[in-house]
Amino acid sequence: MSDLKALYQEIILDHNRNPRNFKKMKDASCSVDGYNPLCGDHYTIYLKLDKGVITEISFQGSGCAISKASASVMSTVLKGKTRAEAEVLFEKFHHLVRGENKNENSAEEFGKLAAFAGVSEFPARVKCAILPWHTMKNALEEKKDIVSTE
Amino acid sequence: MKNTSTIEQQTRIDFPVEKIRRDFPILSISVHGKPLVYLDNAASAQKPNLVIDTIKKYYLTENSNVHRGVHYLSELATKKYEAARVTVQKFLNAESEREIIFVRGTTEAINLVAATFGRKNVQAGDEVLITGLEHHSNIVPWQMLCEEKGARLRVAPINDDGEVVLEEFARLLSGKTKIAAISHISNALGTINPVKQMIEMAHQQGVPVLVDGAQAVPHIRIDVRDLDADFYTFSSHKIFGPTGLGILYGKTNLLESMPPYQGGGDMIKSVTFEKTIFNDIPHKYEAGTPHIAGAIGLAAAIDYMNSLDWDVVQQYEQTLLLLAHEKLAAIQGLRIIGTAKEKAGVVSFVLDGVHPHDIGTILDQEGIAIRTGHHCAQPVMQKYGIPATARASFAFYNTIEEIDTLIRGIQKVKEVFGHV
Repeated sequence: MSDLKALYQEIILDHNRNPRNFKKMKDASCSVDGYNPLCGDHYTIYLKLDKGVITEISFQGSGCAISKASASVMSTVLKGKTRAEAEVLFEKFHHLVRGENKNENSAEEFGKLAAFAGVSEFPARVKCAILPWHTMKNALEEKKDIVSTE
Repeated sequence: MKNTSTIEQQTRIDFPVEKIRRDFPILSISVHGKPLVYLDNAASAQKPNLVIDTIKKYYLTENSNVHRGVHYLSELATKKYEAARVTVQKFLNAESEREIIFVRGTTEAINLVAATFGRKNVQAGDEVLITGLEHHSNIVPWQMLCEEKGARLRVAPINDDGEVVLEEFARLLSGKTKIAAISHISNALGTINPVKQMIEMAHQQGVPVLVDGAQAVPHIRIDVRDLDADFYTFSSHKIFGPTGLGILYGKTNLLESMPPYQGGGDMIKSVTFEKTIFNDIPHKYEAGTPHIAGAIGLAAAIDYMNSLDWDVVQQYEQTLLLLAHEKLAAIQGLRIIGTAKEKAGVVSFVLDGVHPHDIGTILDQEGIAIRTGHHCAQPVMQKYGIPATARASFAFYNTIEEIDTLIRGIQKVKEVFGHV
């Protein structure tokens, strides 16, 4: 049960139940679909960019608790960040959920994202956590293709 | 589905499940510190010692290529490989072993028929008929064929219980229909299609029928002549045999009239640069060195199945299914997907507020293996307006206690998600 509690932390369950910024954005600068064919997770990420800064971010779609919470937490973390800052966070989040984070001070550094550290113990679920971030990154790069984590 | 009193009555049937479990060594392993509860049999079944030992013996003392050498080992391997074909023939009650083609799996069997029978007989304006509960492997090959030929793929819909609407199936059969391809049992819903009746309906219109038996052969005895199936397909790994091997049964006249599938060694009588004369069936469809160990392993799996009293096995499996249905349905917020009157082997379900993928992870921590996702049957998910389900699927080595473990696991899922 201890591993499960590490995976399904309260913050993840909360964002799954009440996802933040869970809406369509009509005047988005860009939007990209992300899809995980293994489990059918499917999200659309909307970004509004102003001079390289993410001024608005929202998402819609459906999937498991991990992917939905990941999208929700990501949306709260990235608002106001520059493109470069978002890309740094993308890399850090990758390391975190893959268990490659060697930084002792991760709790401070990652803030809310630290809740996803438990995902690294569940290899089958890493893709779920990463899907919204991949989709966001492609939206930043304004790639229009559908993102797939398979 | 039957009622509870019938279930209780059936629970008392005498079935030596503990003895059978000892034949399957993997069933005694632990997963995350808990005894394995393997409820993902529709994805792949576990293997008895007989199959494991037979394959080991083959590689230890019998291995060589078939239909080629005059030496001892080649003759031995050939003899065993061809004996496996006869075992499959008898298992399906086919008329001749020439009607049994070894392929990689059900998927390849269907692709073979689409690429040979299909390419030859389906032309622009023609139709191929499938049903609304098919696995992707019995949709996509036909879709590709129809696209190539300018033909039309027609789909007989299913009702809310997950049963094919037979009136629609009948209505969609016409002079344009060149083949009908139907599942015997649905992998996502567990529905048993009335294939004998559907084949009869198709034959009245002169339409040949391919039956995807991947989910049926592990649960019910198949008699291809009684069904009057034109093609019947199944996979070895779902009936306790090795992966990488499957069977295509086809009626002799059809197999003889179709062009070859792949070209290469073993499928020829003679080759010159001007002209190749193809081999007779079944070898015409088996280009290259086949999966010899796989075929011999499959024969061992069939021998194992034949050693069981199949009437009792079926009765026992129905008991497991009915109990699972009853106990799952009693969980608040749980909805069973697929409630056909005739079902086998599979219970698909969704839980309010919890995605199937999360159910799968939490159950895994309890040692319980189930499948979660769309089960390669996305049109079925679309019909029910859901992205995925959790699916427990049974084999004769599962126990009533394992169903109770599953139920406790689902209670744990609800605890984690705060739904208690």
